[in-house]
Amino acid sequence: MQSIECPWCGPRDEIEFRYGGQAGIAYPRDPGALSDEEWAGYVFMRDNPRGWFHERWFHVHGCRTWFSIRRHTVTHETGPVPDTGREPESDRTGRGPLARGTGEAR
Amino acid sequence: MRRETGGRIDRSRTLRFSFDGEELTGHPGDTLASALLGCGVRIVGRSVDLGRPRGIFTAGAEEPNALLRVGDEPMVAATTVELRDGIEAWSLQGRGRLDPAAPPGEARHDKAHLHCDVLVAGAGPAGLAAALAAGEAGARVVLLDDQPEPGGDLLGGRLLLDGAPAPEWVSSVAVRLAALPEVRVLPRTTAVGYHDHNYVVAVEERDANRGRESGGRRLWHLRARRVVLATGAHERPVAFPGNDRPGVMLASAARTYANRYGVLPGRRAVVFTCTDSGHEAARDLAAAGVEIVEIVDPRRDGAVITGTLADAEGILTGVAIGDRTVGCDLLAVSGGWNPAVHLFSQSQGRLRFDDALQAFVPDRSAQAERSAGACRGVYGTAAAIADGFAAGSWAAGSRAAGQAFHVPECDEPEPRPPAALWAVPGAEAFVDLQRDVTVADVERATGAGMRSVEHVKRYTTAGTGADQGKTSGATAVGVVAGLLGAAPGQVGTTTFRPPYTPVAFGVLAGRERGALSDPVRVTAMHGLHLARGAVFENVGQWKRPRYFPLGGESMEEAVERERRAARTGVGAMDASTLGKIEVRGRDAGEFLDRVYTNMFSTLPVGSCRYGVMCGADGMVLDDGVTTRLARDRYLATTTTGNAAAVFDRLEEWRQTEWPHLDVSLTSVTDHWAVVAVVGPRARPVARALVPGVDFDDFPFMTYRESGPARIFRISFSGELAYEINVPRWYGAALWEAALELGAVPYGTETMHVLRAEKGFAIVGQETDGTVTPQDLGMSWIVSTRKPDFIGKRSHARPDTARPDRRRLVGLVPDDPAETLTEGAQLVAAPGGGRMIGHVTSAYPGVALAMAAGVAIGDRLVAFDGRRIPVTVVSPVFHDPENARRDGDPQDPSPRSGAPAGRPGTGSDALREIPEPGDAADPVPEWARGDRAASPLAEFTGRFAAASSPAVTIRELPFLPMREIMGGEAGEGLRLGPDWWLAVGEPPAGGGPGDRPAGADTGTAGTDVSAQRAVVELSGPGVRDVLMTGCPIDLHPEVFTTGSHTQTLLARAPVVLHRTGPDAYRVLVRACLAGYLAEWLLDALEGL
Ligand SMILES: [Zn+2]
Repeated sequence: MQSIECPWCGPRDEIEFRYGGQAGIAYPRDPGALSDEEWAGYVFMRDNPRGWFHERWFHVHGCRTWFSIRRHTVTHETGPVPDTGREPESDRTGRGPLARGTGEAR
Repeated sequence: MRRETGGRIDRSRTLRFSFDGEELTGHPGDTLASALLGCGVRIVGRSVDLGRPRGIFTAGAEEPNALLRVGDEPMVAATTVELRDGIEAWSLQGRGRLDPAAPPGEARHDKAHLHCDVLVAGAGPAGLAAALAAGEAGARVVLLDDQPEPGGDLLGGRLLLDGAPAPEWVSSVAVRLAALPEVRVLPRTTAVGYHDHNYVVAVEERDANRGRESGGRRLWHLRARRVVLATGAHERPVAFPGNDRPGVMLASAARTYANRYGVLPGRRAVVFTCTDSGHEAARDLAAAGVEIVEIVDPRRDGAVITGTLADAEGILTGVAIGDRTVGCDLLAVSGGWNPAVHLFSQSQGRLRFDDALQAFVPDRSAQAERSAGACRGVYGTAAAIADGFAAGSWAAGSRAAGQAFHVPECDEPEPRPPAALWAVPGAEAFVDLQRDVTVADVERATGAGMRSVEHVKRYTTAGTGADQGKTSGATAVGVVAGLLGAAPGQVGTTTFRPPYTPVAFGVLAGRERGALSDPVRVTAMHGLHLARGAVFENVGQWKRPRYFPLGGESMEEAVERERRAARTGVGAMDASTLGKIEVRGRDAGEFLDRVYTNMFSTLPVGSCRYGVMCGADGMVLDDGVTTRLARDRYLATTTTGNAAAVFDRLEEWRQTEWPHLDVSLTSVTDHWAVVAVVGPRARPVARALVPGVDFDDFPFMTYRESGPARIFRISFSGELAYEINVPRWYGAALWEAALELGAVPYGTETMHVLRAEKGFAIVGQETDGTVTPQDLGMSWIVSTRKPDFIGKRSHARPDTARPDRRRLVGLVPDDPAETLTEGAQLVAAPGGGRMIGHVTSAYPGVALAMAAGVAIGDRLVAFDGRRIPVTVVSPVFHDPENARRDGDPQDPSPRSGAPAGRPGTGSDALREIPEPGDAADPVPEWARGDRAASPLAEFTGRFAAASSPAVTIRELPFLPMREIMGGEAGEGLRLGPDWWLAVGEPPAGGGPGDRPAGADTGTAGTDVSAQRAVVELSGPGVRDVLMTGCPIDLHPEVFTTGSHTQTLLARAPVVLHRTGPDAYRVLVRACLAGYLAEWLLDALEGL
């Protein structure tokens, strides 16, 4: 049972969360402008590293916040996603970097 | 046999037990093993493969031989069973057996969650020291140990600490620990698993710890900031010829039996030792009255035991030392010591082989953990205590680093290194006693070319027994190393996996058995459905009525009667389980436009629209009707099974892709109970149920409000239908009223038939994640005007756009009485081999299918083992012109007083429904306050009966609650960054009070008063109840008075609110309230 640090609720048991896959896969700004291959890359392709991975979690049985963490896929060490130095505009609540995408209008 | 004196047993009391039917006795303080030895039992079983007689070999959890059936437990080590009066034990013939027909065990097991700063596993000298150092530094400490009393190895020896017997030091530490309120000592508790992030699972003999004999255990889930492992070491044997005779025993075990249990495991002993501890054992055995015939120590002269002699039963009578034989009835063996690194290895720590100790020891930790004492090769007692103090101080983050604690002087000499001896050549030299694996077997494995110890393990099965190779693992490594000419460190160990000791499945299940094995969700009408004899089906966790048989009807008969009512008269269905999400905000329409394939921003207020949502891959995810309640407010519905998934998914896109949209989402699934009134004669029934609505001006796909009710004119059957939504507490009364008015209750089976006849696909039945809206013939619902919606781009992918995809079609069998089989394969008739589709829904004479390249009129064969000829037809079997959705076209103006059936029977005996007069009370009977039922109303009596001074439990019914979205709301309980729950005082009069459905339009937040049930628990024992099912840290200084959070209790998501020092409120979704109430009552019973 991993302990996942929710930015709102603090560390909680993994069973309170839903896993959200790789972080940082933003919805394309103009899907219609993408080639079939580029679009398939967005829909289907994800990294699967042995080592550090930025991934999303959803505190489904808690505060219902989507967030991202850094987790090592071998040791399961976890930590916050490194600060990109840019505060997302929507982040009114201090819950850390957005879980996915850039938060910009498509 | 039993010594006259000595040992930590109570000779003043006698416990009776039986072994293989023979009546025997022992004393409190005995294990089953020590009692058996005390009664002179030498043979405790036969080996699994070879059937050789075996005796007790160890005094602990590492026992490979003495596996017995004890009571209803099919296989346990006698060395780990505390003797109780009345135990019945049986030896095993060959493998243990599980009897599938055996009644469930009567022991009541449970679980508990506990958080701590420092977890210490093992209460030997190092563990006691660590717990004391951490505890006195102020840390929250849990100290657990598998024995009834602390002391570990000190209980089995005769050491002096500061000149006094070691148990006195143990007692002095125990007294100091007991004085620390934040130190929790768990005796009879074995840590069995060390998982990620310092999560340790342990099994406690809980009933024994509370002086009960019922055998109930508790599975502890412990989360520790830091862990100190003080798990000691296991002595290991040497693989020499004939080393499996009853009478051969580990030297430390022989010593423990003599010292701790006052039992002599033999009268004449030979000691074969590679270690100094073997000599200590010899001294202690001699002091206890055992004649020590000879000590064989290869370090002195290279002498080894080369064989054993036995009597006719196979029991040891002597040993061979080269060409000499020596008579004895006990051979005490010490091949060296293996630090118990199991938990360390489970934590993913790395081991190294220590050449001086000839053992694997912890090298690098993978978690916030430290090993102390013998489990890291620090064998001396004083050194282990000093190591424990240092580890405990480290774990508590204390600067004292253990120096503040006095390390007692010990009278034991400095231990010298052991002999590096793993095996003595010859036949029948056993490496693994439990699996009957010999040195020769290992030789065969390496001779066959295996070099990895993992391969040798799988080939020989060494280490795969119930003891998981605790006594054999290192020996196997040593033997393999010798055969390969390598060092043991190069060979390495096999993987140590949890559990450390076997755990009964019943313990893992705990209280989640029977009715509590899985949460059950029910609607407000569930009790009425039960009373009516409904047959239920599970839809996710929901219990939904499948059909309502009358007088011995079969399902087919009941469904045909229910169907006829809905098609020709009026039926009623409990549709409460559909997911309901309120979507609010300035951009709510824009948000829905993005997630559904069609448009919602253009929907007029007061209108309903059916929508389909797709994944980014373009495949259908869910469907449902969405209604615009107000300009900035929609109510979206989902399928029953996908409600949570859709709600989560909408939240995902809202938070992570479109945070700039002004929109919020609130689940109101449980707030509303829904009765669908369906059929050509639905109007008078609906009119009587909701008198305040003008039913003459109520077009299809619109919605009205009246009193507490919301009425949606939508249809999933093709017939005239009204879905009446009321706060859950009125649900049962509304359902009763609808049936009173003649509506025939129908279930999900009839619902499926009705919609299949109409050609409506069901998500998850016609779709399977590979089906687009276009495949379902619903291109009309996929907007071409919108710039984008989720999945749009995928609809243009070559595979999704190709013309020969499977599409929804109808099928009729040649024989109209035939029912096809769902999942049947479709092939082109006649005799076609290629599968072109499959049947997705099948009812008598009617079926839907997904099939490629077929046209109306095609003849196919449905293959389900039978070959059934079918014809392809339009999927819309019923009323393709939609002539019936406003009621029976033959009867276009339903009069007031239209006839309806007798309550709930579907009989043709009709009765008059009175037209509501102008002067009539606008509040219908079902909406009167005294008809309202809170979710736990039926538990009132049981809650009162279960309450005690320790815990009182009651429901707080009808509390007004609103959910308010937005970071600045600042009202009530903050459930999330921009999510608040305002909880009010109960309304006067004890009922729900008067709250019209539209009352919260324009106010902050959404009325969710009926969404959750509120249970109040108060008393000093509440934390003990909650900890059995709640994973968060409930320590009173962590979860302080006034704290609230969302978490899990049992398997239900809850809001937990600590309203006072000993008072808690549990808010749980109304559909799960019954499940949680049962769970809480069960927990109170186990207190
Ligand atoms: Zn959270």
